[in-house]
Amino acid sequence: MGEIVKKKRNIRRYFVIFIIVILTVVYMVPLLYIVNTSFKSWSDVQQVPPTFTFKPSIAAYIRIFTARVVYSSGNQPTQEEIDQMKWYERLVYEETGEKIVRMGDLPRRYLNSVVIAVASTVLTIILGTIAAYGFSRFKIRGKDDLLFFILSTRMLPPVVVIIPVFLMFRTLNMTDSHLTLILLYTAFNVSFAVWVLKGFIDEIPIEYEEAAMVDGYTRFQAFRKIVLPQATTGIAATAVFCFIFAWNEYAFALVLSRRVSQTVPAWLPYQMGVLGYDWAAAAAGTFLFLIPAMIFTIILRNHLVRGITFGAIRK
Amino acid sequence: MNNNPRKKRAENMAYRSMKDTTLLRIFVLPVIILLIVMNVFPLFWSLVLSFSDYSAKKTTNWGVNPEMIGTENYSQILSDPKMWNRFITTAKFVLLSVGLQMILGFGIALLLHQVKFFGKGFLTTLLILPMTMSPVIVGIMWKLFYNPNYGMFNMLLGLGKIDWTTDPNFNLFGVVIADVWMWTPFVMLLSIAGLSAVPQYLYEAAEIDRASWWYKFSRITMPMVYPLLLVALIFRTMEAFKIFDVVMGITGRGTTAPQLLSMYLYNVGFVTWQTSYGSALGYIMLIMIIAITSIFIKYLNRAKQ
Repeated sequence: MGEIVKKKRNIRRYFVIFIIVILTVVYMVPLLYIVNTSFKSWSDVQQVPPTFTFKPSIAAYIRIFTARVVYSSGNQPTQEEIDQMKWYERLVYEETGEKIVRMGDLPRRYLNSVVIAVASTVLTIILGTIAAYGFSRFKIRGKDDLLFFILSTRMLPPVVVIIPVFLMFRTLNMTDSHLTLILLYTAFNVSFAVWVLKGFIDEIPIEYEEAAMVDGYTRFQAFRKIVLPQATTGIAATAVFCFIFAWNEYAFALVLSRRVSQTVPAWLPYQMGVLGYDWAAAAAGTFLFLIPAMIFTIILRNHLVRGITFGAIRK
Repeated sequence: MNNNPRKKRAENMAYRSMKDTTLLRIFVLPVIILLIVMNVFPLFWSLVLSFSDYSAKKTTNWGVNPEMIGTENYSQILSDPKMWNRFITTAKFVLLSVGLQMILGFGIALLLHQVKFFGKGFLTTLLILPMTMSPVIVGIMWKLFYNPNYGMFNMLLGLGKIDWTTDPNFNLFGVVIADVWMWTPFVMLLSIAGLSAVPQYLYEAAEIDRASWWYKFSRITMPMVYPLLLVALIFRTMEAFKIFDVVMGITGRGTTAPQLLSMYLYNVGFVTWQTSYGSALGYIMLIMIIAITSIFIKYLNRAKQ
């Protein structure tokens, strides 16, 4: 009798696992399609209907990084010139018959994304940690109201504040500057950082600081030498979250950056018009941009629930 | 009043010296100032503008541009018959997208919670990947995936030549599918957190009483997970109501794009440059979001008791 029940349970278990595996595979299909497309050669991309089998080619990645012109018919390179080409020039020439003239727009946009996301993350973490410490350890009049005010700013839909924010920065003549986006993302993230970090700092027993202060540490020294080292994990997790938010942000970047400070999310949709015919390059750009966020998500997976609920659920 | 000795000691310490209060100001004020400058001030500016007829494209000349026109923007928005279409389209999107996310997310969480096996952590991580991707880039990804000629979506499902990005009959659903793909993991993650918080002894007790599967689900699982599902619902509804990035990625802002409120707000504010009209619309959206959320939060507080 027991054996049969056990067997029944085992069958059920394998069935559930099987469904989960299938679901995960199905879920990954759009992502796999993008990766697959980005490695297709020029002739493979043109196939209708699209095929799964292909010979991997990284020409699409070269195309998304470069600006190119088509050789005019009377101006084709001679065999000797082809032999002298660098490997990536030859690869592009062989696939699309184009000549690389200069570096494309992507590296600059990618660098902008990195600079803005990193700078705003650093600023957020500095401001957020000290404020979280203040809220965690000091008695403040109307503390709950202040904390709620901080949270409510995060709930504002960007599309609603975007018009006045745009007008504000236009008055300051800052519609295309790195500083604009850094400040905006910091303001956008700092409410999140204060809430999550306050949770982490609340978990550190106050006795450590008291002991240190009895031993002659000042309050600031106690904060720097006792609290900060213990909060490192929390600070790191929060920083990764802030980086991902800043890295992904689109609406502000669309309105408040043009040439100088444009980030990849603001640039790529616009570029789709130009790349419209070049499916593989568009997929390559998409995939390249998604990689950092994916890596960080994998690092962050154990803190994810805590982050998305603003520290409300501690697992 | 406050009997917690630890808390009391902390409070005494906080008031021990002037230095602490100074430090406190240095610590907390920067954040407050930043938020006031970047959030509160623009919000008030936008409120003032919504009662005028300002256009950011023309040169500012007080009295002429902006000229105060009272509540005309608001009455114009609310009496525009096309506007009701946008409200309905947005509501349709929110209901479909959030509904599917809740069902799928909770369903997958139930499956994952039932079994333990090697590689479960890895599969869960794969499933949550879409959640932290850039919404506009996810939009572009699906735009490529949907393409009737080069994309694989129709081919894999055997759907023929439906254009999910430009056909006005289908592109709202195109956006729904992409949004569900992206945000189901969010609901799933919160559900898993809720499910793992249910104490095991409740199930064991029910097992002894030979309770049915449905009884255990409806009397033990659901009541315990319900508050977290509500949290997920609040977050998702708010986000879905203001969806912008994914739509821009999939359809762009053109005339064939789904007529959603946030898309219209962007067009009004930054394409036709009716700044004041846009501000008024922004405020209407803000009030709607606050209203919807506060209803949910009322339920949440009741559920917590």
